[in-house]
Amino acid sequence: MSETIAAISTAVGEAGIGIVRMSGRESLQIAKKVFSRSNDQEIDKKDNKRLLYGHIVEADTIIDEVLVAFMYEPYTYTRENMVEIYCHGGIIPVKKTLELLLKNGARLAQPGEFTKRAFLNGRLDLSQAEAVIDIIKSKTEKSYDVSLNQLHGSLSREVEEIRKILLGMIAHIEVSIDFPEDDIEEVTYDELIIDGNQVKERINKLLATSGRGKILRDGLNTVILGKPNVGKSSLLNAVLRENRAIVTDVPGTTRDIIEEYVNIDGIPLKIMDTAGIRQTEDMVEKIGVDRAKETLEKADLIIAIFDISRSLSEDDHHIIELIKDKKTIVLLNKTDLPNEYDEELFREYFDASQIISTSMIRGVGIDELENAIRAMFYGGDIQLDSEMIITNIRHKNQLERSMENIGSVLEDLGREIPLDCLEVDLRSCWENLGEITGDSINEDILDKIFSEFCIGK
Amino acid sequence: MIETKTYLGGKYNVVVIGAGHAGVEAALASSRMGLKTLILTISLDGIVALSCNPNIGGTGKGHLVREIDALGGEMALNIDKSFIQSRMLNLSKGPAVHSLRVQADKKMYHTEMKKILEDEPNLTLRQGEAIDIIVENDTVKGVVTRNGAIYETEAVVIATGTYLGGRVYIGEVNYQSGPDGMFPSLLLSDSLKEKGFKLRRMKTGTPARVHKDSIDYSGMEIQPGDEEVIPFSFLNMGKKFDFEQVPCYLTYTTEETHDIIRQNLDRSPMFSGYIEGVGPRYCPSIEDKVVRFAERDKHQVFIEPEGLSTKEMYVQGVSSSLPEEVQIDLYKKIKGLENVQFMRTAYAIEYDSINPTMLKLSLEHKDISNLFFAGQINGSSGYEEAAAQGLIAGINAAQNIRGKEPFILDRSEAYIGVLIDDLVTKGTDEPYRMMTSRAEYRLTLRQDNADLRLTKIGYELGLVTEDRYRKTIEKEELIQRELERLQKIIINPTQKNNSILEEIGSTEIRNATSVHDLIKRPEISYESISVFDPERDILLKEIRLQVETQIKYEGYIKKQMQQIEQFKKLENKKLDVEFDYSKVRGLSTEATQKLSAIKPDSVGQASRISGVTPADINVLLIHLEQRRRNGENNER
Repeated sequence: MSETIAAISTAVGEAGIGIVRMSGRESLQIAKKVFSRSNDQEIDKKDNKRLLYGHIVEADTIIDEVLVAFMYEPYTYTRENMVEIYCHGGIIPVKKTLELLLKNGARLAQPGEFTKRAFLNGRLDLSQAEAVIDIIKSKTEKSYDVSLNQLHGSLSREVEEIRKILLGMIAHIEVSIDFPEDDIEEVTYDELIIDGNQVKERINKLLATSGRGKILRDGLNTVILGKPNVGKSSLLNAVLRENRAIVTDVPGTTRDIIEEYVNIDGIPLKIMDTAGIRQTEDMVEKIGVDRAKETLEKADLIIAIFDISRSLSEDDHHIIELIKDKKTIVLLNKTDLPNEYDEELFREYFDASQIISTSMIRGVGIDELENAIRAMFYGGDIQLDSEMIITNIRHKNQLERSMENIGSVLEDLGREIPLDCLEVDLRSCWENLGEITGDSINEDILDKIFSEFCIGK
Repeated sequence: MIETKTYLGGKYNVVVIGAGHAGVEAALASSRMGLKTLILTISLDGIVALSCNPNIGGTGKGHLVREIDALGGEMALNIDKSFIQSRMLNLSKGPAVHSLRVQADKKMYHTEMKKILEDEPNLTLRQGEAIDIIVENDTVKGVVTRNGAIYETEAVVIATGTYLGGRVYIGEVNYQSGPDGMFPSLLLSDSLKEKGFKLRRMKTGTPARVHKDSIDYSGMEIQPGDEEVIPFSFLNMGKKFDFEQVPCYLTYTTEETHDIIRQNLDRSPMFSGYIEGVGPRYCPSIEDKVVRFAERDKHQVFIEPEGLSTKEMYVQGVSSSLPEEVQIDLYKKIKGLENVQFMRTAYAIEYDSINPTMLKLSLEHKDISNLFFAGQINGSSGYEEAAAQGLIAGINAAQNIRGKEPFILDRSEAYIGVLIDDLVTKGTDEPYRMMTSRAEYRLTLRQDNADLRLTKIGYELGLVTEDRYRKTIEKEELIQRELERLQKIIINPTQKNNSILEEIGSTEIRNATSVHDLIKRPEISYESISVFDPERDILLKEIRLQVETQIKYEGYIKKQMQQIEQFKKLENKKLDVEFDYSKVRGLSTEATQKLSAIKPDSVGQASRISGVTPADINVLLIHLEQRRRNGENNER
């Protein structure tokens, strides 16, 4: 139980504070590495369970302004050394802090692991054992579900593809080692370097996009709403063009709605574009008020677009009625044309910060829109399921580890380190990626060997 | 059938059924541990018969032989007396996978082992066919032979190899038989089934033996042995082996060979479905290779001598169950075998095995006390795999009788541990062969350090002499001392030193560096760095090798040691065999079923059972803690 574990222990995205928690032998040392105390004093036992003020720092860059509690064993929740870091609320500070702890030697906690440790270390009462089992089981199942759901088809395909290359490398090494006299071509370092570089590049690509949430299958349910020709498609295109982390278009759950994934500064949005409805002149009437209501009810965020070059119609009033009490951003589009609207009318229903004037054609107002989304998200007005963020971090963490491992494999290949040595990191790399897709079975290697190589001296 | 009259043949502590590679190690171990042991064999001429290839060792297998040796087994010593060619394989790769593989003189190997058995004080060697085991109250009590002898005993090791229910296939011809014309063991197979054992069929095969003088070697590649012979047994290290080694030859099949095979596939019992047994994927018949790798225009064929006192040659790579006439035709289309004269026909053999998951890690049956199984009956293949299991079964028969804890090597301690854990935890669908890739801690489980890993354990068991034990401790100290000494020799980054480094093919240093750390550079060896260390003592080669390996791979070995530390934690959480998993709330149904069937020894072993998830393991851990505390409460 000596491994140090870390996790976010508050719901992610809430306003106020977010807590990152760490437990295990090394937790105090790891925290000291990333925490810069404001008064520069050495942290020791006299600071036990006191809130210390300072910053979480990575390579001289301040990640967040925080309060940190160092707690010495055995009088802690888990009876191990523990550290709690109180960050600012919102996803970015807690996420970055957690990632930094992982980089410095902590391991991401498994579901329910803090409670498990608390129990195994005698902190919890015997009568609570059943409850502990329930927590672990339900959390494990949930995280498994989330993990599977979140795995985007394209991501899991790519991870599988990379694993295939790795499996080929491993099998070729193993067959060279275990069947040295068979009539097979011994693996060469040059071949391994070519394959290894390919693996590295592809993991790198995944990592580059993972920061922008490509890994997340689901984002905030975002509905773009507006009458035909108000500029919905232009908006979508503008947002997509600026944020190239579009994943794929998945056919929507309803036939009328097209879903797109987009990512703004780490905030994943699943955009349901009601522009899918093209035949109708009157969108609200056609899909029915109930249906529209239903879609809007599920939305985490609504972006409503109005064409200010035309005067306000009956439908526009309908729309305003539907969205006035929801998390909404109002776009007054086509500022490049003569204004026929009364902006004051909108101010009656919406806060000024919610209203943005845009010209999609000229690209005016897109930045403001993104800023508004960011503000609402980090301000805690809209939230994400924390389980989802954790899974995202877990995947990213595994990608980073696999990256490290393939890096040392390549380094060893360059130094002509013997195959049996460098195979260790190669296999770890393969297993890291297997954690993402949910399998790492040894038997695969033997199957690969026997199906591809003619063994039998 | 007339009821055979039985008589009391004798009383023993241990009876071993079968005198193959598993049986003899089992019998020697228990008798050397002070127990009166009987070893029964269908034929005294079949003792440690090398019924298939004339080799001992190879990748993974060589590691097993070294481990058997370090634990006081006989295989290494016996092959050191009877090998006729020796090679260290994989020298171009890292030290963890260097593998010793030798050609054996089959007759000599048999004769030398028979002598050992005959001279062993507590051991009785007896020809006789075991036809039944006596079990009372779920405990084994005796063995019955075909001639009516009942041997009362406290423990039995069954090591029947391919004899049990053996059936030989050659084309359309098939008949009940043991290996190589031996009697099969059929009645024992029946009585085991009557006792409720579920037996399943496995299959293996062997190529033809051909006359040495009928071969044209002119177009073949000669394969000599290594100039410097390294023995298998650590007891023989440094000993000179300066006899002339016998070479092997390499040739190839031709397209014509393949054509004959393709034309006659319908006559192969494998392809026509007569054989139900599963064969090993790593040792396919020539028919199998031609079908599965149709694009290859040739396959390797090795011609290997069967011994010094015979002209029989083993044709490695061309095992077959095609009809004899087809075999002769296809062999004649192999380069150099145009005029080949067959002496023994190739055949496939099918035999009975048990599902090894019904065994404990000690190789004892889970439900019948003191009944042990070893070798091919457990679904393994290979002489070395058999010997390793025999040794462990024999040791544990003795441990049980002496009232001691079972002796179990785990996956981080030995290849033997990997072998047995794989078999009894996961079972096997094909004859199981050891491979280095099966060992997750390969870098630390080297063949060169088997003595350092295991001699002490062998000594504690009573299988290793005081003298040998002390020598190993001395070796360990010498290595340690040398490592420390090299750390103390510091080389400063002077111009002179740097030019010396360049001379020996390395690059300059910028900071003061120890000789120890310089050896870590791939281009520097323990030998080449002696320029900075001229006063060093000349150490034995095996010690120099250890020193160099431990320095060069320190980083990798350390990483592996950390993994082992993690592994040990779950391994040390023991589970009770009687544990009722159906009472554990929170386990998945699949996990409950699997755990109840396998009855793992530890949480670690449980985690390796397929279908047991990490969440199940957590539930088990919580449950164990719950029970521990309940136990504490009860004591108060």
